[in-house]
Amino acid sequence: MSLIKASATDLLGYLQSGQVSAVELLKQYLDRIETHDGSIHAYLDVAREAALERAESIDRRRSRGERLGALAGLPVAVKDVLCTAGWATTCGSRMLQNYCPPYDATVVRRLLDADAVLVGKTNMDEFAMGGSTENSAFGVTRNPWDLTRTPGGSSGGAAACVAAGMAPLSVGSDTGGSIRQPAAYCGVVGLKPSYGRVSRYGLVAFASSLDQVGPLAATAEDTALLLEVLAGHDPRDSTSAKVPVPDYLLASRQPLGALRIGLVREHFGAGLDSEVDAAVREAVDWFRDEGAEVKEISLPHSRYAISTYYIIAPSEASSNLARYDGVHYGYRTDERAMLGELQESRQRLLQEGDNAGAENLDGTLVRMYRKTRAEAFGPEVKRRIMLGTYALSAGYYDAYYLKALKVRRLIRQDFDAAFNEVDVIMGPTTPTPPFRLGEMIDDPLKMYLQDLYTVSANLTGICAMSLPCGQTGAGLPIGLQIHAPAFHEHRLLQAARAFQQGTDWHIRRPDLC
Amino acid sequence: MMADTAYEVIIGLEVHVQLQTQSKLFCRCSTRFGAPPNTQTCPVCIGLPGALPVMNEEAFRLALLTAVALECEIPSFTKWDRKNYYYPDLPKGYQISQFDLPMSCHGGLEISDAKGAFPDRRVRILRAHLEEDAGKSMHDEVAGKADSRIDLNRTGTPLLEIVTEPDMRSPQEAKGFLTELKLLLTYLGVSDCNMQEGSLRVDANVNLHVSTPGGVVATPIVEIKNMNSFRAVERALAYEAERQYQVWLETGRKKGDVPKQTRGWDDQAQVTRGQRHKEESSDYRYFPDPDLVPVRVTPAQIEEARQRLGELPAALRSRLQSDYGIDAYSADVLVNQGRLLVQYFEAVAQSTGDGKRASNWMQQDVMRSLNERSMVIGDFPVSAPALAELLSAVQRDEIDNTRAKDVFARMIDDRCSASDAMAALGIAKVDEAQTVELCREILRANPKAVADLKEGKQKAVGALIGQAKQRNANINPGRIKEIFLDLARSEQI
Ligand SMILES: [Zn+2]
Repeated sequence: MSLIKASATDLLGYLQSGQVSAVELLKQYLDRIETHDGSIHAYLDVAREAALERAESIDRRRSRGERLGALAGLPVAVKDVLCTAGWATTCGSRMLQNYCPPYDATVVRRLLDADAVLVGKTNMDEFAMGGSTENSAFGVTRNPWDLTRTPGGSSGGAAACVAAGMAPLSVGSDTGGSIRQPAAYCGVVGLKPSYGRVSRYGLVAFASSLDQVGPLAATAEDTALLLEVLAGHDPRDSTSAKVPVPDYLLASRQPLGALRIGLVREHFGAGLDSEVDAAVREAVDWFRDEGAEVKEISLPHSRYAISTYYIIAPSEASSNLARYDGVHYGYRTDERAMLGELQESRQRLLQEGDNAGAENLDGTLVRMYRKTRAEAFGPEVKRRIMLGTYALSAGYYDAYYLKALKVRRLIRQDFDAAFNEVDVIMGPTTPTPPFRLGEMIDDPLKMYLQDLYTVSANLTGICAMSLPCGQTGAGLPIGLQIHAPAFHEHRLLQAARAFQQGTDWHIRRPDLC
Repeated sequence: MMADTAYEVIIGLEVHVQLQTQSKLFCRCSTRFGAPPNTQTCPVCIGLPGALPVMNEEAFRLALLTAVALECEIPSFTKWDRKNYYYPDLPKGYQISQFDLPMSCHGGLEISDAKGAFPDRRVRILRAHLEEDAGKSMHDEVAGKADSRIDLNRTGTPLLEIVTEPDMRSPQEAKGFLTELKLLLTYLGVSDCNMQEGSLRVDANVNLHVSTPGGVVATPIVEIKNMNSFRAVERALAYEAERQYQVWLETGRKKGDVPKQTRGWDDQAQVTRGQRHKEESSDYRYFPDPDLVPVRVTPAQIEEARQRLGELPAALRSRLQSDYGIDAYSADVLVNQGRLLVQYFEAVAQSTGDGKRASNWMQQDVMRSLNERSMVIGDFPVSAPALAELLSAVQRDEIDNTRAKDVFARMIDDRCSASDAMAALGIAKVDEAQTVELCREILRANPKAVADLKEGKQKAVGALIGQAKQRNANINPGRIKEIFLDLARSEQI
């Protein structure tokens, strides 16, 4: 039987009852990858042999009656921003092309402890910077619904592999929408947990105060299943919260009750595609019909969210990415060529009688730093490093970084006030359906505006998720975003699961020939 | 000398102290010195992608203890900042430090010199904050092949940076401050302060206040680095003061006319040299480290630190003077040797009831023996009760001071008690009647000496004492001198 369209929770049942073995299941996914990933390119690396070995060992342990983990035998795809011991972790960058971490990220460790089968590392925008996966140094990922379009980003590979049935569960990371936006574009579920809900240890940092690891899956229940494995306090991450982890799957199955929904006035304004607008309103109407109370709310500072985000995230990134300097690991410029060039420049200047110029040439160390970083970082990463370096510089710090921190506080206060009146906030995940590859590559500002509705959850540390709620006339997926207060992931999952009980958007899959 | 009166030296110090923790500031790697390069590292301290720091509570506790001992204000909220700069021995591209909200500030340390080399002074502490150490770069240019190597064992070791106000007015004062600070840190047990191993590092900021007919003028501030001993600090500052005065005479440049300069001390040539200008004008782009949560310090924690301080050097000095009747200089010498030696001294002084004698023996005999053997008091073979036994024998006149030193030497060599050492040396208390008889015999054999003594020529007695000691090593030369003089005078020979 084909299991590709089954949910992860169902698959788990089949595995437990012996209807299917982990090896059989994995082989179906590997075949699927074999057939379709050539055109989609969701994976940067598929660990075929290692995964098969692991699946075999899980089957063996199951046959011996051993107690197995919560995901025993389920294939899981991991975004290539998470460290995997002895397995290349590139972050979609030339800088880390051949970099093999010596340790597992805490979430990877948790997946392994839950007996998941890590099937591959998924493609992403370089260092998670971007919203289209076009910034990967190793080629774009294509949207399974329309191969000429973007799957979104930065977790583009993570979303595309679920949409294309190349993994039932997938782990991504979200700094400004990097799980939710690709989930919306690919018609799958993606959840950005509250800041501190999931350990960041081993997540290669983009912007430390915003980054969170989170699950992507086809359904709310599957998302709950995976989140429960990922979440929890980690003594290796001092920003991870000591908040107990509920049984998310059980929580998601609770009846909805009298839900109070807030619609953000500012999220339905100019720039919102009419088809997206209509689909989101229709979804909200579904909740209203189920007895939810819907009220319009205002988040007055949300119009500063993008500017605030694009100060704070690049500032932290400029510091986080300073370690990629060619000294200790990763890419290093060709030293012989560099020394030759230095020699040449010096001689030329001396011949021209420019002794001072020759004297002032950068030495080998500075030159090595500069050339290494110039050669191995892509343009978007460079752009953000420069933005952040500028914002943190003496004389600009107060006007940019410090002010951004203040606005961040105001945005948080807006949400705090709103959550006094409503249980969840709903709206579109993205202003438009997935755009065409190449469409925005030369217009970074326009690209940044795609993050309009998603960055606030990162700035405030609350949780948010995207789930499919409709399709455009052209058959492209549309995402509904739900926000809940920090550490109220169960509320998101409950609302999403109720919606999926009553609708079928989550069951639709792209036709892949 | 003109120079002495024409200017005043203004000195501020920045001291980096390595805290004695088992593990590094943000990971669990060992801080042991001298391990093979790069064997005490992990993903956190070598800054691998994805690794995160977690604060070592013990390091913070030691820093808090020091801050309380330095009478600092301890804010209830302190945070970590990143200091961004590129260097090969800084694997993350930033150092985790504390910028605008240090864990302590506005304290002070009293310094004085028992010999009066400088006036008593309170050196104010501007701030003391925690930060992580960088690694070590080694430039190996042997065999014509330039090669740089990096050892990251030290990376992430906890450092307490203590910054003083510019309160010192002479190189001697600067040295005095460092000596007192080191002593304090040693008493607190927060650092071994070993400058050779880099667990205490000093930079100095120095300039001059020159008296001119138009008033006092400040010269540009210069930072001095690479001083590897307190003596080097003293010499570098003395050199630098004189150099700055000459520059002032030549150029008349005032503070603010030129950017702050950094100079390195060349201990071989005994001069400071300008360091490359390029490295100075850095913008460190400090910002709060988002990987670490701020630290909240409660009044209870501060109180706990206060309880743990113990008796600090300044208080100990005055107590030794009042409890044991020793002078300020002696108290200073003893206290400067550390808490264990003071405890040893106190045990001896209490047991013998003679603080002055105990103090003299400590300074002349015990400390000299320790020095000769490069030994610390904890390993000294003569215990405090054993020394007390010896000094009590001296007190009871059972043995003279000179012989007591022989006994002491024997006690060290044989690791034995005073009585055993005395027995081994054949020392026994000599019977008084026997002594008088011996003296009579010697006098009878030396009529010339007797005649001299009668004429009041006391010099003659020396030779007689020598003869007596040859006949019986145990006799007390002081006592025997009295007997000779009495007998000669009374003519009862
Ligand atoms: Zn370490």
